Amino acid sequence: MYFGLSEEQSFFKDNVKKYLEDNASLDQIRKIASGNESNIGKEIHQGFLNLGVNGLLVPEEFGGLGLDLLFAAVVSESLGACVGPVPYIAPYVMAPTAIMAAGSQVQKENYLTKIASNEILMGVGFSEFIGSRNDAGLTFADGALKGRAMFVMDAQVATHFLLADNLGQMFIVDAKDSGVKIVTLTTVDKTRQYAEIICKDVPADLLELSCLSIDPISKSIDAGRIMLAADTLGASQAMIDQAVDYAKERKQFGRAIGSFQAVKHMCAEMVADLEPCYALVWHAAHCHDSSPDESKLMACHAKAHVSEMGKGIAKKATEVHGGMGFTDLLGLHYWFKRIGVNRQILGSPELVREEAMQSQL
Amino acid sequence: MDLEYGPEYQEFTKEVELFCKKYSGLSFLSSRETALAVLTNPEVSSDGPKMLRTEWQKILIDHGYFARAVPKEYGGYGGEADMLKSRIIAAEFSKFKTPAAMGGQGIDMLVPTLLEMGTEEQKQAYIKPTLHGEMIWCQGYSEPGAGSDLASLQTKGELINGEWIINGQKIWTSTAQFSQMCFCLVRTEPDAPKHAGISYLLIPMDASGIEIRPLVDMTLKPGFNEVFFTDVKIPEGNIIGKRGEGWAVANATLGHERGSLAPPDATMNRVNMLIHLMKKETLNGKPLIEHPIYRDRLMQIQGKVLAQQSHGLRLLSAKLNPGTDVKIGKMIQKLTGTELRHELEGLAIDVMGEIGTLYEQSPHIKNDGTWQFIYMYFLGLIIGGGTSQIQKNIIAERGLGLPKEPKIQGA
Repeated sequence: MYFGLSEEQSFFKDNVKKYLEDNASLDQIRKIASGNESNIGKEIHQGFLNLGVNGLLVPEEFGGLGLDLLFAAVVSESLGACVGPVPYIAPYVMAPTAIMAAGSQVQKENYLTKIASNEILMGVGFSEFIGSRNDAGLTFADGALKGRAMFVMDAQVATHFLLADNLGQMFIVDAKDSGVKIVTLTTVDKTRQYAEIICKDVPADLLELSCLSIDPISKSIDAGRIMLAADTLGASQAMIDQAVDYAKERKQFGRAIGSFQAVKHMCAEMVADLEPCYALVWHAAHCHDSSPDESKLMACHAKAHVSEMGKGIAKKATEVHGGMGFTDLLGLHYWFKRIGVNRQILGSPELVREEAMQSQL
Repeated sequence: MDLEYGPEYQEFTKEVELFCKKYSGLSFLSSRETALAVLTNPEVSSDGPKMLRTEWQKILIDHGYFARAVPKEYGGYGGEADMLKSRIIAAEFSKFKTPAAMGGQGIDMLVPTLLEMGTEEQKQAYIKPTLHGEMIWCQGYSEPGAGSDLASLQTKGELINGEWIINGQKIWTSTAQFSQMCFCLVRTEPDAPKHAGISYLLIPMDASGIEIRPLVDMTLKPGFNEVFFTDVKIPEGNIIGKRGEGWAVANATLGHERGSLAPPDATMNRVNMLIHLMKKETLNGKPLIEHPIYRDRLMQIQGKVLAQQSHGLRLLSAKLNPGTDVKIGKMIQKLTGTELRHELEGLAIDVMGEIGTLYEQSPHIKNDGTWQFIYMYFLGLIIGGGTSQIQKNIIAERGLGLPKEPKIQGA
């Protein structure tokens, strides 16, 4: 019996983190966030791909590494820790998971191979299957998609979109098609990109098995939720580490503020809240691969619970920094906002918990 | 990640399962024993076969389901320590509602201390009757003036003519009224610094000069006591470790206590009981579980408990595979485990509304009133064994390296 990361997984996690620390410093992230320096983003993305992340989940027969979801989760954790400004969850986790679960042999060969060789990059928009806002939604007729998809992840750099209607049918469309319009949605989190995709009779490739059951899209959403949980986990740990360091250094009334119980207890509470989240995220990733009966429940609880803990930590860690935490000088707000957006994407905690309940009734 | 225990353990699970089925729903005779059973394990059910607590204890030891790694010569089973087997035993017993072995402070705290630090003579004299439930112990640590700051305790022990003469008062002494013995922290070196002046003494509760007064707690069930010592005489040899080493001896046993206060698997069993209750009970004719707010709160708690259960697996794995760093992971257990259990029991009361307030033998009471009882009982555990606030100090100072508060002169 062994519960935890393997040596390879730990090594991979550290590697991704080191790459980001070296190449995506807070200064670089500020430049990307300003919106005028898209080249920096491209360079960081290219180096990130050199680590092999795009083919991580793609089976070996299609040119990928065929690793398990726990590997993908530790990458996500490192991205969260460094507020990594690169596409990841949509193109390299959700898209391959969806295609493996629902694609025909031809579709798998076509898309998975190209994901692994980095010829294509898929933005993913499943929001309308989870819960439609602003009356958005897509309809599919005569081989073409019509309508709007909101909060499509990593849309701006995508060559293709993987979209869903409210029945859970999944479609792949070409981002360059003349019927596609991409409208950038500016969220508080400038480290990642979201867009509204408007489709006017866009030719769409229906993933074959997704019209038979919602299991494939559900599997892909579960994987995405576990990744978001892992991202929040890494971001929360980074905020705690910064808060604890600050509490040791900053002096008021002649002593380090971390010696006051009011501050010290906030730090202890953050740790007590976050520490069990590691095991929950790892366990959920493991169940996604090996334990289909529990996987829905575990993925939902990982997403909802880590979102709740992350929200509290983002607030407390900012408060430990006092006024400095509120400024742009420390850049703590990049983590705060990342955690805040992760919480809502692919289902807010209340929606996800309702799915958790339904999965056991 | 590999969550399989292996074929050897599958066999063992089957064996335990058969045993548990046989004794499912067992309950105990004699009112004294039943009272103790309630104190040490508030969830014992009451239908099924009946026997004496001590008989049951012996059956469990004979099968290796209790005191598994304690040597035979001291009254244990004499097997290898095996954490996975312990876990299987706990899980199967809980699944079949078979009562677990008697716990209590003698078994949970004194026996491990004796095994680690006792003399051969002490091991021979005390371990067997304690494991077999024939010798009940109480813990004499806290005093009215020494709670969170335990090391400031003042109960005095003087060695005169080869006997300890003990004077002072202890408080929060669970099971003192049933106990034959007390393991007690006593100040024997008044001139030494506060932590270095304490000894760990073993006091027979029938010695003259001991007075026990019940201290009724909010649950109104028999629980705590105050114990007064007036010129109580005990033999010089009734000491574990040397004079002045009592603080170190006691810290070894506090470690045994904290980890075991609120195991997440037991909390998950209560979550499942709550789900069952919410499917059965209704509000305006509709099952509680269909009420969106109640069900969301239920799911919030289930998520927290799942996180703690997974965390428990991580800690178990760290014990089986040395070298994994889970220092902070262990430190948070007492805090998070007791707080979560209290929150869960409180949710059950909330979903029942007015019905949730019923207590004792009231008509319409659900699950024998255990929700209210455990809700209050766990508030006691949040405070006892190092309060939640003390736990946070420990996590912050020893876990995160934050500075201690400046010492006040003379304290």
